[in-house]
Amino acid sequence: MIRIRRHGGAVLPEPPSHLSPRDLLSEALSGILQRPGRSVLTMLGTVLGIGAFVAVLGLTATATGQIGERFSLTKATTVTVTDQPRTDGTAPGANPPSDFPADADHRITAIDGVRAGGVWWPVPATPTLSRRPDGPDEGTGLSVLAATPGAVAAMEPTLTAGVTLDEFAQRTAQPVVLLSEAAAKRLGVSRLDAQPAVFIDRIPYTVIGIYTDVQRQPGALLSLLIPASTALEHFGNPAPQPDRAAQALVATRIGAAPVVAAQLPLALRPDAPEAFTVVPPPDPHSLQDTVTSDLTGLFLALAGICLLVGAVGIANTTLVAVLERTQEIGLRRSLGARTGHIAAQFLTESTALGTLGGLIGTGLGTATVVSVAAARDWTAVLQPATTLPAPLIGTVVGLLAGLYPALRAARTDPLQALRNT
Amino acid sequence: MTEPVTEAGDKPVIALHGVGRTHPGRPPVTALHPTDLTVRRGEYLAVTGPSGSGKSTLLHLLGLLDTPTTGRYELDGIDTAGLRDKDRSTLRGHRIGFVFQSFHLLPHRTAEENVALAQVYNRTPRRTRRTAALTALRLVGLGHRTDALPATMSGGERQRVAIARALVNRPSLLLCDEPTGNLDSANAEAVLTQFDALHEQGYTLVVITHDPAVAARAQRRVSIHDGVLSEAGAPVR
Repeated sequence: MIRIRRHGGAVLPEPPSHLSPRDLLSEALSGILQRPGRSVLTMLGTVLGIGAFVAVLGLTATATGQIGERFSLTKATTVTVTDQPRTDGTAPGANPPSDFPADADHRITAIDGVRAGGVWWPVPATPTLSRRPDGPDEGTGLSVLAATPGAVAAMEPTLTAGVTLDEFAQRTAQPVVLLSEAAAKRLGVSRLDAQPAVFIDRIPYTVIGIYTDVQRQPGALLSLLIPASTALEHFGNPAPQPDRAAQALVATRIGAAPVVAAQLPLALRPDAPEAFTVVPPPDPHSLQDTVTSDLTGLFLALAGICLLVGAVGIANTTLVAVLERTQEIGLRRSLGARTGHIAAQFLTESTALGTLGGLIGTGLGTATVVSVAAARDWTAVLQPATTLPAPLIGTVVGLLAGLYPALRAARTDPLQALRNT
Repeated sequence: MTEPVTEAGDKPVIALHGVGRTHPGRPPVTALHPTDLTVRRGEYLAVTGPSGSGKSTLLHLLGLLDTPTTGRYELDGIDTAGLRDKDRSTLRGHRIGFVFQSFHLLPHRTAEENVALAQVYNRTPRRTRRTAALTALRLVGLGHRTDALPATMSGGERQRVAIARALVNRPSLLLCDEPTGNLDSANAEAVLTQFDALHEQGYTLVVITHDPAVAARAQRRVSIHDGVLSEAGAPVR
């Protein structure tokens, strides 16, 4: 059957030139495969860019999962209560020593979900510290903290020697002290079997224990801890300044912190709950979000640059190929190819290159995430929403990169291309 | 396959009516003065002339690779004047077979694949392309080299592959541009013998050459000098 088409008065009995999708694909692929080395190098930028994209998102998601776990262990079980400066003009440290009631430890521990809790404050002024009654001050950089047994328990110190402050020492205002390892080293205390003493403002305190680490209140690592009752007796009330005022430190069970935080002011002072500021642990989710957006922003920018370089690489190589293959373009035109067919062929080549680069990059990125996670005993987390479409980014890059070269190819003058060389 | 198309009946394959080509510029260069030329079906025409005489311009006009600035060109009775690029491409793909001086074979493809390339753009079904390509290669005496790459072939073999590619769509017109220009005399002779055979089979051939020996093989000769076409020594117009 002969199709008759009318166009501008002319009649062409034959069907118009045509390039089937299958032929287009096979022509484009043969263009890629006949120069495999160059094609691989061309893809490299896209491979790196998309590999980086997938790896960054995967590693961020994986690491964020780990960060969340860490925080849930310590920070998420800490609640602090600070004594709010009074608005009526009277200093919080007048009498009673602070807004905290005398039985604060008991009231805190009575709340369901609290493991330990108590009041502490830095002693006012800077006392001299020494090993001998008349010795020079050896305590530069160290601080003396007054703490109830509950506060010490909430810090969870790791004792290397001796015992911790107990109810007895608090109740009877014993002149005893708990040294951090740093303080013990500075003051020359290494053994407790001789019941050594240190002098704070020339008053002797018996060292009953040395600790190396604390789970909460890291400031205590450079401190000496004395019973709160002893501190009141020897050094008076907490200082009125907000940063030196009395605080409560509360250790809760996992997951109980927000509830405990809500109950604490009322439990401490049912008559004046507004006297306290409660600081609950940071919300792990908001924390993760901050970490994620910071890291991701930076690395995604790098991945974007890689992709841009990849696109320029594909554009450059395709353009060179177009210039190299002007004779082929001319030949195809003489065989009946339309300008659109020529453009489509080169566009398909660049798009196939980009897609292939995207696929390889996604594979490499995924492998990176999995192997890093395996090396660190982490759980690899890959979001399907970002990983699965990643090869398509390569497709888009290839398509965009091929636009200009394809246009150049389509504009190639068959006369010039076929001129005898 | 061995018979050229005859659907256009007794209309001339080529009919030029005052066709000329002037390149714009200062001053404008006239590459081909208005020319009348008729080539009937089955004719074997040689166009001779020194380089720069307008041979190439005539070839490009005849091959629909260029458009005349004046006059009217009818191919198989189809007026090509008002055609868009799309339709000119269609006509090229169906009715004109090109043979170039430098062969223009794709280096990474076998002889058969190079011949089959001519069928990619004209809706030949994939399954029939191989058969058609093999038939065309056999026609030019290369039935034993179908899987050879161009680099492993002699110049004469390559040109015959190119001729097979030009023939595979059974065109009305075989346009040859200096077909023996890159060949030694033995290979050139083989190609010219091939042309003689095609002429005997009824193909219409237009061979453009600067070589009088090549032109001597043709049934009819025109020469072109400074853009003016003349036949048998006398100006056509």
